[in-house]
Amino acid sequence: MSFNFDLVIQSFPLLLLGAGITIKITALSVGLGMIIGMFVGIARISHVTPLRMLAAVYIDFLRGTPLLVQIFLIYFALPLMLDQRVDPFVAAITACGINSGAYVAEIFRAGIQAIDKGQMEAGRSLGMTWVQTMRYIIVPQAFKNIVPPLGNEFIALLKDSSLVSVIGFEELTRRGQLIIARTYGSLEIWLSVAVIYLVMTLAISRLVAYMEKRLKTS
Amino acid sequence: MIDIKDLRKSFEDHEVLKGINLHINPKEVVVIIGPSGSGKSTLLRCMNMLEEPTSGKVVVDGIELNGEANINKAREEIGMVFQRFNLFPHMTVLQNITLAPMKVRKISKEEAEKTAMELLNQVGLADKAGAYPPQLSGGQQQRVAIARALAMKPKVMLFDEPTSALDPEMVKEVLDVMKSLADKGMTMAIVTHEMGFAREVGDRLLFVDEGQIIEQGPPKEVFDNPKEERTRLFFSKIL
Repeated sequence: MSFNFDLVIQSFPLLLLGAGITIKITALSVGLGMIIGMFVGIARISHVTPLRMLAAVYIDFLRGTPLLVQIFLIYFALPLMLDQRVDPFVAAITACGINSGAYVAEIFRAGIQAIDKGQMEAGRSLGMTWVQTMRYIIVPQAFKNIVPPLGNEFIALLKDSSLVSVIGFEELTRRGQLIIARTYGSLEIWLSVAVIYLVMTLAISRLVAYMEKRLKTS
Repeated sequence: MIDIKDLRKSFEDHEVLKGINLHINPKEVVVIIGPSGSGKSTLLRCMNMLEEPTSGKVVVDGIELNGEANINKAREEIGMVFQRFNLFPHMTVLQNITLAPMKVRKISKEEAEKTAMELLNQVGLADKAGAYPPQLSGGQQQRVAIARALAMKPKVMLFDEPTSALDPEMVKEVLDVMKSLADKGMTMAIVTHEMGFAREVGDRLLFVDEGQIIEQGPPKEVFDNPKEERTRLFFSKIL
């Protein structure tokens, strides 16, 4: 068996375009996941019982079912309910974002619960409401604690985004498949795809380590 | 200023407060002492609803502490100082002090900072305005915490063992600030183990044991002539 280096070089620009799209999906999904996760995480520990239960159901459902099935639900099942086609890009980001939101919610919950309860008491004793105390005192401190687990979530999501290739969305994995369908270069292309994922995840973990260090000194 | 009627508090099966009646007058300094586990901190924490009573009534400055809105309203008038300071570590000393006046009282940043600097001057820490709490000693942190509570211009100040977490050499600087506050006519309720301070600054001494007020009166009388056996027993252990 031989390794065709030319194929790697020829395909690389196309794969990099795919990687760019992977980054785009990941970044948008993480953004969506962070917003959802923050609210769901806070709802999870609020004193309003229906809110707390709703948040628990959300987390259980999204963590207890495969992301692949969630993607299918949004891309294939949801259009049947809406009687309208869903754009693959929108479906990809929605599926990854709400899935990630469940994991981020648990990260937030843990980060908030790690803050000394004296902080909440101090805020409340000054006449601030629960929401004000959360916003100005608890959440900003929790953010510092949750940078490392959020980084892990970012990396996990970047890898999981390869699943959206199944709905034909042309990110890195799908690009690879398409090139292989044309050239039969499974070895060269899958190896290249793997290396590109590896470079991206390593870059994120370095970035997170750097941010963690910066936050520690501030 | 503070009116407490038949206050009871249970944690699960354990009744910590067994029917407390207490009236604190404006400008009065009430010092609460008692063995650990006697319920004295719980009593203090019921005065601003950090601890929710099982039954009974607490009225502060004419506001009955029931319902979220009333409680928030009353808390604006009740300053609290904690054993472990509970300063906000991600904010500077100045931000710690100005946050609540700006967010709750809705006063401008300039005005809040002006008041904050005056208060920092009062507690002798004007040069620490830009520092972060973890950079300060325990005594300094507690003085900032007092300034933070005072910035809301409260009518009552509650102190929950304010010197218990301090190294011995820092106790005096905090007590001095509290004493000057008492001299200015602040209404205060203080849970403490500092008997010298209680005798010197308190208008009234409350001895609490097993969830009840066992004895109360002017500090000198209670210290020199305790009427109750349990009070005598307590003093014999600590003095």
